[in-house]
Amino acid sequence: MKLTNRSKVVSNKEQSAMEKMYLPGILKGMMITGSHLFKRRATVKYPDELRPIAAVYRGQHVLKRDENGAERCTACGLCAVACPAEAITMESAERKKGEEGLYREEKYASTYEINMLRCIFCGLCEEACPKEAIFLTDRIVDVEFEREDFVYGKDKLVEKVDKRVDVTKRQTIEVAEFKKLPGLKHNQVFEGKKLKH
Amino acid sequence: MKVTIDGIEIDVPKGTTILQAARMIGPEVAPPAMCYYTKLKTSGGYCRTCIVRVAQGSTANPNPMPKPVASCRTEVMDGMVVENYTNKDIVEARKGVVEFLLMNHPLDCPVCDQAGECKLQDLGYENGSEKTRYEFKRREYEVIDIGDKIKLHMTRCILCYRCVKTAEQITDGRVHGVIHRGDAAEISTYIENVIDNDFSGNVIDVCPVGALTDRTFRFKQRVWFTKPVDAHRKCDKCCGKTRVWLKGDEVVRVTARKDQWDEVEEFICNSCRYDHKKTSDWVIEGPSPIQRNSVISQNHYQNLNELKLKLLKQQNALGFMPIDKKP
Repeated sequence: MKLTNRSKVVSNKEQSAMEKMYLPGILKGMMITGSHLFKRRATVKYPDELRPIAAVYRGQHVLKRDENGAERCTACGLCAVACPAEAITMESAERKKGEEGLYREEKYASTYEINMLRCIFCGLCEEACPKEAIFLTDRIVDVEFEREDFVYGKDKLVEKVDKRVDVTKRQTIEVAEFKKLPGLKHNQVFEGKKLKH
Repeated sequence: MKVTIDGIEIDVPKGTTILQAARMIGPEVAPPAMCYYTKLKTSGGYCRTCIVRVAQGSTANPNPMPKPVASCRTEVMDGMVVENYTNKDIVEARKGVVEFLLMNHPLDCPVCDQAGECKLQDLGYENGSEKTRYEFKRREYEVIDIGDKIKLHMTRCILCYRCVKTAEQITDGRVHGVIHRGDAAEISTYIENVIDNDFSGNVIDVCPVGALTDRTFRFKQRVWFTKPVDAHRKCDKCCGKTRVWLKGDEVVRVTARKDQWDEVEEFICNSCRYDHKKTSDWVIEGPSPIQRNSVISQNHYQNLNELKLKLLKQQNALGFMPIDKKP
């Protein structure tokens, strides 16, 4: 009984005189190999040469700071719950008085870890983030020797104040326009002052 | 008394409200309620989310009621015909009510501890619209500590009066209430008086939003990372039956058990709520029932825990004992 139609019946018939000579067969094979010398190469000389990548390439994450340099992440946990690989963990803490320049909201992530070995770079964390804090960038995650080095903490994820990571290309025009709406003003930083009616 | 809600007929005793009758039928016809609370007398009638249309007042007077009525405060009549989700106008009107409730509500769900178990969040998700049309400054208040255990975020309050009624009816002396009127109304205490009573913590549980939150749980965990289990302990002040929220083996929060309508089954005392935060204090009964559409069910623990319990039961039945504990 045949399981598929693709099975081949192997014949054990004798080789012809031409096949017995072997040399034409070898020459034919050499021709194919030789023709590849003149074809375009499939590889590039990485890392001297880099392939072009898309502006929306999903590489290493960045935790953004706002225009004043305060961390945007408020440890809401939506990225962690959206993460299909369960790569993200965080702990939150309350902002103390005088730390308004460091953290944007009254709650912040005291620790924030992404396990880059678990991460599948799907970008769902970026999509879930309500504070525009986490973005995937076109940077490629470094090679490490130890497994624990792949667990990126805040020291590696949060962008440096003087070395910002540009993510403007990742935001569509629709998002940029949406943010300009006057109705979104209420979502701006609450200064902790009581307002008189 | 026979009453028909959304085409489903039910026989209810006299004095039942439309909301209660609808809840007897089931969640598919029951209107949402933000201020009404079965266990608190005179609650309801403030938020207007439970509005329904009465298409026929009774068999004696088959005229419809002229306006949508608050179902939590309207008693049924024999032969009454009520339209809730089947009436497009009511669905639309409720959308308007939700918009009003959300008008002054801050969009700080990422910060709020109630997120994930917030009734206003659910209500907004089910009935509200995606965008706000409100362009003016929302009312803002400073965050106040009411005692060392409760935090009041007045900005999030929707003035449902549930906490006031709880303090009045469950505790023996209320020190907080609603001051001012209309748009300026706010929950307040006598000059930040401490709510100091054995049952004062229940105001946290009855609050449908994140206006009153537990300070011992403040910013500790998001609710969907914790695992709710039903547990009990011997308590001389209350029933001792609670819901313990675990993160790993750590008890991060203790609340009262809530039923299908998000109402407390039995009120618990402050000692159970705040002072017993060790797993050894509690006898754990098993995972709490979590609705499938709740974000808490995202942590997929329920089945796993059930399996573990089943395994434990089997082991007990077999007289199994871990090797290191064998005599």
